[in-house]
Amino acid sequence: MPSRFLDEARDPLIIAENWMKDGKDVAIATVVETWGSAPRPVGSHLVIDAEGTFHGSVSGGCVEGAVISEALDVIESGKPKMLDFGVADETAWQVGLSCGGRIRVYVERLG
Amino acid sequence: MDPFALKTLNAERRARRAAILVTDMGDGRDRVVKEGDVVAGDLGAALAKAFRTGLSGTAEAEGRQFFLNVHLPQPRLVVIGAVHISQALAPMARIAGFPLEIIDPRTAFASDDRFPDVTLHAEWPEDVLKHCPLDRYAALAAVTHDPKIDDFALKAALDAECFYIGALGSRKTHAKRVERLLGMGATPEQIERINAPIGLDIGAANPAEIAVAVLAQVIAAFRSRGLGAKAKSEAA
Repeated sequence: MPSRFLDEARDPLIIAENWMKDGKDVAIATVVETWGSAPRPVGSHLVIDAEGTFHGSVSGGCVEGAVISEALDVIESGKPKMLDFGVADETAWQVGLSCGGRIRVYVERLG
Repeated sequence: MDPFALKTLNAERRARRAAILVTDMGDGRDRVVKEGDVVAGDLGAALAKAFRTGLSGTAEAEGRQFFLNVHLPQPRLVVIGAVHISQALAPMARIAGFPLEIIDPRTAFASDDRFPDVTLHAEWPEDVLKHCPLDRYAALAAVTHDPKIDDFALKAALDAECFYIGALGSRKTHAKRVERLLGMGATPEQIERINAPIGLDIGAANPAEIAVAVLAQVIAAFRSRGLGAKAKSEAA
C-alpha cells in the first residue's frame, strides 16, 4: 500500500525494492561516515541498477559518477566495497568533494 | 543488503514505525531492529540512543563494528483550532521540522486567508482523523477552548499514544476536561499524559510566545520518547 508520508517516486530504498521485484540487479550505496563539511548526512542512499540507472544521492553530485562505476563492479562480484572521498588532489580518486569535506561510502549488492 | 531486510524496513517506513537497519561492517550481514525490540549489551544501548536522536552512525559492540541507519517517521503536528496561537505556531513548526496541519470546523477561523501555505481542514476532528489517523509519531495540540471540538481529538490522541498531547486552558478548565475524558472512557494514567496548561513554563504572555512554549514542549517530548516508560519499568 503506498504511504502518503513517503515520497515513493523518489525514495531510494522503495525504488531499490521495486527494482528487485522487477528482477533487476541492484547495488545500494550508503554514506556511513562524514568529516567536516559534507553535502549529505550519514545514512543517505544512492541506489544503482546494472544499467547504471540511479536514484538518490551520497553527495551534491560530486562523487556519484565514481560510486556508480564502483557499484557496477559490486553488482558483478557481489563483494561490498568501502569508498573514501576527500578533496580531489589529496586522494587516489579521480573525483573529490569541492566543499573540502570527506565522506565514506559503503557499496553493497542487494541480495 | 538482505532483500528480506529491505522489504521489512520499507514496510516499517510505510507504516510510520521507527526502525534501524543494523549492518555488521565486518561481514556485511544486516538485519532490521524495530522500536521496542529488546537488544542486549552495548549494541542495545547504541540502538536506544539512535532511536531517540534519529542520528545514523557507527557503533562498536562485542568487538565488532556496526553501522546503524536510523529511519524515524516524519513527526507531524496536528493542531485542533485555527486560532491566533496556531497562526504563530504554523511557520515556527515548519522551520523546526514538524509539518503542521490544522483542524477546525469553524470556517470563519479555518480560512486560507488566515493560514496561507498551511494544511487546513475546515472539518470536525471526527471526520478528519478517520482518514488521517493519529499515531505515535504525531503530536496533538488542542487549542480551541471548545470541548465540542477539542475533546474527541484529545481522546483519539490518548488512544493512538501520540508522542505529545497538549491542551490549552487553565487548571480549572483542565479539571473539568479530565472529568469529561474519564466519562469518555480514558484512564487516569492516560490523562496524566496531557500537558495542561499547554506549553513549557516560560511565562509566555501572548499568542506568539505561547506558540514558542508549545513547540519547545513538542521537541522535548519528541527527543525523550519512551524514556519515561523505560525509567518506570527499570524502577519496577
